[in-house]
Amino acid sequence: MSAVRIPPTLRTSTSGAKQVEVAGSTVREVVDGLVATYPGLAPQLLDEAGGLNRFVNVFLNDTDVRHLDGLETPVGEGDSLVLLPAMAGG
Amino acid sequence: MTIETVPAPTTQSADAAGAVMPARRILGLACRNCRRPEPLGPSYVCPACFGPLEVAYDTEVVRTALTREAIEARPPGLWRYLELLPVDAPPARGLAVGSTPLLRADRLGPALGVDRLWLKDDTRNPTLSFKDRAVTVAAARATAFGIDTLACASTGNLAGATAAAAAALGIPAYVFIPADLEPAKIDHALAYGATVVPIEGTYDDVNRLCLEIADETGWGFVNINLRPFYAEGSKTLAFEIAESLGWRAPDVVVAPIASGAMFTKLAKGFDELVETGLIERRPIRFIGGQAAGCAPVATAWETGGEVEPVRAPDTFVRSLAIGNPADGRYSVELARASGGSVEAIPDPVTAAAIRQVAALEGIFSETAGGVTLGAVAAARRRGTIRDGDEVVALLTGNGVKTPEARALGLEDGPARPGEPGLAPAIRPSLSAFEGWLEGRS
Repeated sequence: MSAVRIPPTLRTSTSGAKQVEVAGSTVREVVDGLVATYPGLAPQLLDEAGGLNRFVNVFLNDTDVRHLDGLETPVGEGDSLVLLPAMAGG
Repeated sequence: MTIETVPAPTTQSADAAGAVMPARRILGLACRNCRRPEPLGPSYVCPACFGPLEVAYDTEVVRTALTREAIEARPPGLWRYLELLPVDAPPARGLAVGSTPLLRADRLGPALGVDRLWLKDDTRNPTLSFKDRAVTVAAARATAFGIDTLACASTGNLAGATAAAAAALGIPAYVFIPADLEPAKIDHALAYGATVVPIEGTYDDVNRLCLEIADETGWGFVNINLRPFYAEGSKTLAFEIAESLGWRAPDVVVAPIASGAMFTKLAKGFDELVETGLIERRPIRFIGGQAAGCAPVATAWETGGEVEPVRAPDTFVRSLAIGNPADGRYSVELARASGGSVEAIPDPVTAAAIRQVAALEGIFSETAGGVTLGAVAAARRRGTIRDGDEVVALLTGNGVKTPEARALGLEDGPARPGEPGLAPAIRPSLSAFEGWLEGRS
């Protein structure tokens, strides 16, 4: 299981939970598992093709998964994922 | 310096020219992606699609109330354009931001092969960069929201701007920066009494952390949860350029791209002037500049692909070293749609451009301005700047913040007579001076 931190914008879909435990051996499996548990997250996290919404950034242990292997990045026990809006800054 | 601002029109009041400003000028927020409306508040993410929120105005309301004459009758500063900003009324106190000069570059223009070159000299704002514009608007909105702490994730210029705005308002500021930022920029923020928090990582690491902190603290991060308002401040660059040119737009605007927020808001600013009847519509080409060592937007423009983040920026242009630009995609679209380009400028070219504009026009620019002028030259070679074009280049920060950048590529050693540079220290005697002048020391 890995810990996934949920930003405030998405917490209405997770019954207010700030962090949830999700099983999965890759980032894709974790995201899919998250959406399976909380279907309300689907329109926010996924695009029409089932890929990651371009406005969502996923960080594995504080590293943007696009700098790793993207959705195929392996996720181990005790890893933490953070979902954040792909904006702000500058 | 703080100034007492002139009370400006709010709902159902008359402005300096006597025009009545009806209610509902600011409609609220709207998602830039799916257009879903959201109520006005310190929020920046669409709850439906996760897209970015921006401010929505009723331009018809503004159009019927705002005239060139009304604007020209107002005091200098960015609040002259209040009706096109997301604030009901200017704050009672604040820094004297905006109304910076548009200078005709009669010496630099020919050197760059540009017939009509203007420099928007935004090195002269209170904290010496254009960021004062964005922060002033964000801070005014923060006050209206009852936020009692300002914060930011900064590549440097924003640090000083946020710290100064908070000082002027009498509220605390937390400034988060990459730990290896230029010392002058750190000192600048410290001088205003901010709490400066260095983060061991890149700007993108700082930004990611601040997104999480913003969620937990409720602080007003000017470029995160106040970003819809913050970004609007950059439109005033377009408003001032148009007003300085006698209420018209130039052929080409050249600006640096970091997150791309300012670049895209320049276009929005000109569009709003057209929509509200203040200028005639005409095509403007938008040209962006990035440092070659961190050029995700320039690369996407060049290749026609998506904006791919740069993990490890490698450039001395720290103010543009954003590897994951929030408005990168929109910046590429703007450059493409307008017939402009996005140029990647190597650091030695940037340093030479800083020296050139200082020597030819008397303006000491920060690294981003060097990139902008490098982009002017590159776009001229490429052909996105053409014969006879009227070009406005934005100098967005002051060179005193990045003093070491000026010297890149210069030969070491003391200057000889007639050469620019630092002469050797000499004894305080006329004979010593004459000896140096004659090449004997």
